[in-house]
Amino acid sequence: MNPSFPPEIVPLFMPAAAEIVLAAGILVLVLVGAFRGEKASAVVNMLATALLIVVAGILIMAPTETVVTFNGAFVADGFGRFMKVLVLLGSLAALLLSRDYLRRDNFDRFEYPILICIAALGMMTMIAANDLIGLYIGLELQNIALYVLATIHRDNARSSEAGLKYFVLSALSSGLLLYGASLVYGFTGSVSYPEIAQAVQGPQGLGVIFGLVFIIAGLAFKMSAVPFHMWTPDVYEGAPTPVTAFLSSAPKIAAMAMSIRILVEAFPGITREWQQIIAFISVASMLLGAFGAIGQANIKRMMAYSSIGNMGYGLVGIAAGTVEGMQGVAIYLAIYLAMTLGVFACIQGMRTENGRPELIADLAGLARTSPGRAMFFAALMFSLIGIPPLAGFFGKFYVFAAAVQAGLYWLAVIGFLTSVVSAVYYLRVIKVMYFDDPRGSFVPMAIGERVVLAVTGVFVLAFWLAPSPLRAAAGVAAKSLFAH
Amino acid sequence: MFGFGILSLLLILPLVGAAFIILLLKQDEAGERNARWVALWTTLLTFAMALVAWSQFDPTLGGFQLIEEKQWLAETITYKLGVDGISMPLMLLTAFLMPICIAASWQSIKLRVREYMALFLILETMMIGVFVSLDLLLFYVFFEAGLIPMFLIIGIWGGKRRLYASFKFFLYTLLGSLLMLIAIMAMYWTAGTTDIVALLAYHFPKEMQTWLWLGFFASFAVKVPMWPVHTWLPDAHVEAPTAGSVILAGVLLKMGGYGFLRFSLPMFPDASAYFSNLVFALSVIAIIYTSLVAMMQDDMKKLIAYSSVAHMGFVTMGIFTGNAQGAQGAVFQMISHGFVSSALFLCVGVIYDRMHTREIAAYGGIVKNMPFYALIMMTFTMANVGLPGTSGFVGEFLTLMGAFRHNSWVGFLATTGIILSACYALWLYARILFGKLTKAALQGIHDLTLREAAILTPLLAMTIFYGIQPARILETCAASVDLILKNYQTAMGAVQTAALLIK
Repeated sequence: MNPSFPPEIVPLFMPAAAEIVLAAGILVLVLVGAFRGEKASAVVNMLATALLIVVAGILIMAPTETVVTFNGAFVADGFGRFMKVLVLLGSLAALLLSRDYLRRDNFDRFEYPILICIAALGMMTMIAANDLIGLYIGLELQNIALYVLATIHRDNARSSEAGLKYFVLSALSSGLLLYGASLVYGFTGSVSYPEIAQAVQGPQGLGVIFGLVFIIAGLAFKMSAVPFHMWTPDVYEGAPTPVTAFLSSAPKIAAMAMSIRILVEAFPGITREWQQIIAFISVASMLLGAFGAIGQANIKRMMAYSSIGNMGYGLVGIAAGTVEGMQGVAIYLAIYLAMTLGVFACIQGMRTENGRPELIADLAGLARTSPGRAMFFAALMFSLIGIPPLAGFFGKFYVFAAAVQAGLYWLAVIGFLTSVVSAVYYLRVIKVMYFDDPRGSFVPMAIGERVVLAVTGVFVLAFWLAPSPLRAAAGVAAKSLFAH
Repeated sequence: MFGFGILSLLLILPLVGAAFIILLLKQDEAGERNARWVALWTTLLTFAMALVAWSQFDPTLGGFQLIEEKQWLAETITYKLGVDGISMPLMLLTAFLMPICIAASWQSIKLRVREYMALFLILETMMIGVFVSLDLLLFYVFFEAGLIPMFLIIGIWGGKRRLYASFKFFLYTLLGSLLMLIAIMAMYWTAGTTDIVALLAYHFPKEMQTWLWLGFFASFAVKVPMWPVHTWLPDAHVEAPTAGSVILAGVLLKMGGYGFLRFSLPMFPDASAYFSNLVFALSVIAIIYTSLVAMMQDDMKKLIAYSSVAHMGFVTMGIFTGNAQGAQGAVFQMISHGFVSSALFLCVGVIYDRMHTREIAAYGGIVKNMPFYALIMMTFTMANVGLPGTSGFVGEFLTLMGAFRHNSWVGFLATTGIILSACYALWLYARILFGKLTKAALQGIHDLTLREAAILTPLLAMTIFYGIQPARILETCAASVDLILKNYQTAMGAVQTAALLIK
């Protein structure tokens, strides 16, 4: 790639076709909502779903070669395509999950699907960003939509508290990220990844490293990795369940993808330096995720710690710093997405005649009251532990295999030990569902929840039959990162 | 059929049965009755297919046969199946025990029958898969996947402390096998493949072998189980339903022994030679110590569980002697133990179903009411002790012979295990069956029903048949065992030469 390209007067728009269609679609949706008022929510929801499907379609049809446009601010490549499709799938599932929930709990607003679309647009921009400015714009677009989503249940104190916490801490982390970005800009003289990469070769002074540390701190916040995880349990617990499902799926993937891109494309010259930081964050996240979840009674809090741990596993692949590592992370994220969405579909399905219980103990005897749901839920839990032949095992396998290849045996050992610890709390959910006597039964799941659970459950159960398509796609994605 | 060979068929059949039960049968009385029949027919059919596979198998060849291969996880991580003289008998044993397990659960399982039967069928696929995999990662997938059904079987249908037992079983085994997984990954990156045939021909550097051996050892030692990581076994056995104990003792424990024989010995010969004394020490401790522990048990199942640990000690000892007698004896001992300990657990199940207690002290003198049961139990007790004429004798004798050839102290100490096994087994028999029938609760106890007799008779026949005709199994595994021992013997020789040089 040539860093000193002449400024484009009219940039290429085609590589950003998906983002442009999404942005235009969002504006149309806002208009529809504004003209038809509160009645429009069903229509807007449907249109938003269709919009996301169309955008995903455009991405899948797009050519695979790497194109840089908008004066080097935007890159369309295989890696971005893979991650964007994942983000869109996560957003779609979040929309599906939310429909019934919103209607039943009387805050059926047309803004909800629009906010999800905006967040998705922000995430796609983050993933495609090829300089620090583009990254920040995408990040903030996503964040602002997420703050509103977290507080969408504004009459509920817990939801408001969650939103406020999320806002304050997230703003802080954005500040850290910006500070780091400004240091990097100051010491390298550029915000564009390729130019930073060219400036950062060989041993570096403290300035760039300092900037890198701050950037990683900001990124770790977004993906809720230890030691920047504190907001996660509270926000997960307080936010309405479909919002939690969304928070734990698409934004995590976007944050991971963004971190991979910035580390691999802007700082390949100091791989050893960032490897250490990532390895530390990864170990800390795995440990905290495993031990923190054991004591939790609330299933949403438990899943918050679980997601912290899972980000730790994903980071193992990044720490490897190789093509195999990034391929492993890509596979891992796809599988994580399916698992977490399936689990949240189950959690959202915990609904009785007079409320939404959230304790693990409330699942007692689910295997007898609704055997099908319990079976899928149990499969998802076993998958999260990483027991073959379920998908979760293969996710961990690829990530840890990359770590072993890179000689990070200790990281793999710690990862597996924490897997055993985490087995304790995942097994407890299974124990409650299968070994305990029923205490009452839940009402049948809504159609959206069923669809999400069925799709993710079948994916998790049957992945081992045909692992090659996902592996091949992830391979293409990872190779495109290292192409230049 | 559809591009799949007979081994794939063996894996698919039980899964189809399980899917049928889960998806098509209703959760009512008729559905449960049908579930039992579907499970029984599926397992019988699988056994028939296993026999067909056996008929296509040529025991004179040492290498792998009935090979099939398909694209799977990566270019060099494939779906590859095949059997040799070691895996064939174990695979047959699995298929043979499954219908017995289903029949043994016919009446004792009343709750959630559909799920129970489906889980057993899934477990069967996983167990057969372990023995027929020719890809290390595929092996691992089956090896570990078996945890899920077993965890649920112990946890749902187990006894009072099922929770403790199921978690302990799951976590112990998981921890061990994850260390093996790291070793598998390291092997994959070093050798560039997880194909077992290729790995058998690959020579890992000595330094690396040590670590890989330890990784595999962590997993197999827990599975066998070897002292001191055996403590999950008594708990799991005691709490599991009868058929669960049968499968645990009959098949799951053999996976550890099979793993040592298939992977540790031929792939890491230098490390195996280096660590062989450790294995001998642990095996001898297992044989003597757990026999003593078995003697002091109040619970029948626990007693048999500890005796299993002791008998598996013979297996690990035999494998690492590195001579044909020891290794063949180990294979034979695994098969024989599969018949005998399964049968003993079934025998305990018979009286447990009547009295609902496993306390030895609650019984006594029941020979008066159950003469036929007494006869069968007697045969299996004798086989457990290792009486000539039963299959138990052959395995123990061969492994001990191998041990004496290798190191007479190991052989001497292990032989005391036979005396001890006679003590606990005969004492157990005497306490349950002999004496006066004084306890009021026991007065109405009745002899074996036709179903129970039908379950125990095949095991009885096998125990005696292979006791008299051991050559049938030994011939099957001889060629493969020789092939496996070749590397190990060279390494052993090297270690001994080195020792001589130092002197």
